[in-house]
Amino acid sequence: MVFHGSLKQAAFAIAAVLSIGVVNAQSDDPTKVGFVYVGPVSDHGWTYRHDLGRQAIEAQFGDKVETTYVESVPEGADAERVIRNLASSGHDLIFTTSFGFMNPTVKVAKDFPDVKFEHATGFKREDNVSTYAARFYEGRSVIGTMAGMMTKTNTIGYIASFPIPEVVRGINAFTIAMRKVNPDATVKVVWVNTWYDPGKEADAAKVLIDQGADIITQHTDSPAPLQVAQERGVFAFGQASDMSAFAPESQLTSIVDDWNSYYVERTAAAIDGTWASTDTWGGIDTGMVAFPEYGVNVPDDVRAAAEVIREGIIDKSIHPFQGPLKDQAGEEILAEGEIYDDGVLLGMNFYVEGVQGDLPK
Amino acid sequence: MIRLQKRAAPSALMGYLAPVIALFITVLAGLVLFALLGVPVLDAFHAFFIAPISTLYGLGELGVKAAPLIMIGVALSIGFRAQVWNIGAEGQLILGAIAGSAVALALYEVDAWYVLPAMMFASILGGMSWAAVPALLRTRFNVNEILTSLMLTYVAVLLLSFLVAGPMRDPDGFNFPESRLFHDAATLPRLWGGTRLHAGALVALGLVVVGWVFLTRTLLGFALRVNGTAPRAAGYAGFNQGRLVWLALMIGGATAGLAGLFEVAGPIGQLLPSISPGYGFTAIIVAFLGRLHPVGVLFAGLVMALSYLGGESAQITLNLPLAITGVFQGMLLFFLLATDVLINYSIVRKQPRPVS
Amino acid sequence: MNETLLLTALTIITAATPLVYAAIGELVVERSGVLNLGIEGMMLVGAVCSFAAAHYSGAASLGIVAGIMAGMLMAALFAFLTLKLQSSQVATGLALTIFGIGVSALIGQSFVGIAYSGLQPLPIPVLSEIPVLGRLLFNHDVLVYGSFVLVALVSWFLKRTHAGLILRSVGDSHNAAHALGIKVIRVRFMATLFGGACAGLAGAYLSMVYTPMWVENMSAGRGWIALALVVFAVWQPGRLLLGAYLFGAISILQLHGQALGINVPSQLMSMLPYLVTILVLVLISRDRGRIRRNAPASIGQAFHPTT
Repeated sequence: MVFHGSLKQAAFAIAAVLSIGVVNAQSDDPTKVGFVYVGPVSDHGWTYRHDLGRQAIEAQFGDKVETTYVESVPEGADAERVIRNLASSGHDLIFTTSFGFMNPTVKVAKDFPDVKFEHATGFKREDNVSTYAARFYEGRSVIGTMAGMMTKTNTIGYIASFPIPEVVRGINAFTIAMRKVNPDATVKVVWVNTWYDPGKEADAAKVLIDQGADIITQHTDSPAPLQVAQERGVFAFGQASDMSAFAPESQLTSIVDDWNSYYVERTAAAIDGTWASTDTWGGIDTGMVAFPEYGVNVPDDVRAAAEVIREGIIDKSIHPFQGPLKDQAGEEILAEGEIYDDGVLLGMNFYVEGVQGDLPK
Repeated sequence: MIRLQKRAAPSALMGYLAPVIALFITVLAGLVLFALLGVPVLDAFHAFFIAPISTLYGLGELGVKAAPLIMIGVALSIGFRAQVWNIGAEGQLILGAIAGSAVALALYEVDAWYVLPAMMFASILGGMSWAAVPALLRTRFNVNEILTSLMLTYVAVLLLSFLVAGPMRDPDGFNFPESRLFHDAATLPRLWGGTRLHAGALVALGLVVVGWVFLTRTLLGFALRVNGTAPRAAGYAGFNQGRLVWLALMIGGATAGLAGLFEVAGPIGQLLPSISPGYGFTAIIVAFLGRLHPVGVLFAGLVMALSYLGGESAQITLNLPLAITGVFQGMLLFFLLATDVLINYSIVRKQPRPVS
Repeated sequence: MNETLLLTALTIITAATPLVYAAIGELVVERSGVLNLGIEGMMLVGAVCSFAAAHYSGAASLGIVAGIMAGMLMAALFAFLTLKLQSSQVATGLALTIFGIGVSALIGQSFVGIAYSGLQPLPIPVLSEIPVLGRLLFNHDVLVYGSFVLVALVSWFLKRTHAGLILRSVGDSHNAAHALGIKVIRVRFMATLFGGACAGLAGAYLSMVYTPMWVENMSAGRGWIALALVVFAVWQPGRLLLGAYLFGAISILQLHGQALGINVPSQLMSMLPYLVTILVLVLISRDRGRIRRNAPASIGQAFHPTT
């Protein structure tokens, strides 16, 4: 609130007039970087990847930074307090790493104009609030291509968390790429209504395999579906991290979240005073969306095709949402040669042709 | 050897001293825990118990966090005295938030004084309707309310997810699962500038008084307090078991529903897929920690809220993982619960009968 | 299609087994007159300890033993507080869950991201060769067989043994039992430990069979479902098995429904296990007398010998 902001400004003013010594001490003060996590750092999924980014900052800047994190912060009334407490305890740069933190972040940012905020996956910006997200759907294009080429039953099982645009976009990108190489293949989606319940995710994988899926992909956090795939002898794709330890033969590849370079870059900007509010939606080209080594069971031609897509997306010759596209009824929704702009992608709430079932709304 | 000996009457002194003793033991145990983990002990205690409430804002947050716990805790403690096991207050809270938000969104264009009261009314009805299911099934079909109220909580969570992702979604929000931000007319006024303290804190205090009056000044309250077994107490006050079940669940549902509204119309300001960090469950601990007495619940709610704020503060200032703060919170609760034994029992040394 | 049905049945068995373990333990605890709401916390500590032991030793059997021990240790803490120090059972149980979530996360920090091959199936010779039935019933890991054996044993214990009679009498009226010279506290202590052991086994099943790994909070609320199932079962082991399998079956079938493309919002489909459980309980709860016969009358009440 105003109270805290003015107090902080007053402190700065006093420090500035007191003496050069104090000013020097201030410039030697480490830059404090705070993180607000929605899950535990040891979830081995979403939050774990952000925490690797925090560790990358520490590794890069050493004594020049101090990092802090608060984990498992509920997306409700508590978020604003945690963000505000970070801001009022001298943090210079604060990353809030879940969509549900958007409004609290903006609210607190208005009261702390000198503190810089970075909000992941949202759409509201201010002079001191940047947004950032990764184009994970680009990765889904790559794995969709691989799935289309490798499926024998022409059925892919897709374990989805919640019907939000991010997840729907992933399903569509996957399906479009898959149908390009295999027009007969379809995607079966099961919504588990949780980001994180290993047992339920494993159940969903089993159900999909029992209904004929021979490749499993997921938009949930735990490695449980890969373990099931390994046990049942079908293929699967990892999520967030390289999960090959859980499925050495089954994991074909994984869509890895890599926030490290973005976090290091933004911290550097905060340290040298060049930080400005931006909107970053980084794809494969920025390294935010990364892939581990291909799995041992990926044939050479699939590997080559995947590389073509990956490189095409990097050099912009391929776009994951390129016309002609049809909806589930077979009607054309995007003409030949056109592509969806980011606005459509951001709020996507329809399925393309090749996805089975209706989108829950 | 020492053993427990039942006191002739509960010790009033120990009623006040027990929590102090618990705090003392917690400090001792905390010393050991933090020393083992290599955490500076004094800093840890400061972070847990002092730092969170050392600012005006922090005090306000204590109220924000404690208000729903106290509100629901008072209502549940009446129910628990009547041996009605409503453990689904969390679901009733969610339904209250949904119903209140529905009114806020329906009156989105309206800027009038009656918006907020209408939302409160709707949230009370919402919470009561969700609690009416266990009440009906218990009184008509003999179905145990532990199961129904708990299962309905999961149903409420899914219903909220469905509504926020669909019918109640913000039309300008890029299809993200959250409602519009409520207008000022649909938002609770703040009690104190520079804090988020809202009217819910006053309602919580009011409920403590009402609960106290109910227990001490009404026949049924008196019967519930004095008489251990509920059916007999109810009979004494001219209540049959069925009416008691309905009464307990309606009080619980109404209060939880209102608490849910205070969350969305207060600190949150919109309907989200997750609006409560388990207040309905934590309030059960609060009710028992407060010995099922409204004034006790008031203090228990504050302690519980402080332990959450302390956990956050310890993460921020000492980089303690949440796991450690959870262990510490658990220990604190154990000691608070365990020392209550001193109220009804005295510790005596078991020794051979003196030869006289 | 038969194959799909069989596989679905196998998935249901996996989903129901942890519920059976956690619930059968709680059933015995409640039959002795104690209400322990800390199942979730005991399960998590059991899960992480069994994973740790199996990971370090490489022996699945040690993992199972560690899970049992860890669950019992947690239960002993609960029993000490509630039975010796007379603390509130409901609140202590909930505090045990908070404590257990923290402790398991603390212990588990170094096991995140580590894979474990899991407990291997133990086909029963000859019987597992029977077509269909063999795979359905006789080709599981030892914990699945164990869950059926345990339910049968508990049922036999409660109905047919003297010790079971004592346990029930303690649950029905501790004062009467005490007057008969029964050591009420000791009986309840043992029952609570048994409940802890079962919750630990449920946790072991999660981290060694269901999803062989450790991640924080991996029980994801199954302890609460187990609690509800005891109520569903009206404190009878046989009906508990029915309840756990009903709940598991609906959970799996709603996923099948989604994968088949049934046009109902997924959130509503996900409600089905909870709604069906309520509905079935309504249908079978009409018989008041039966419930009264089984419900432990002194559940949740503290006991202290007055002499």
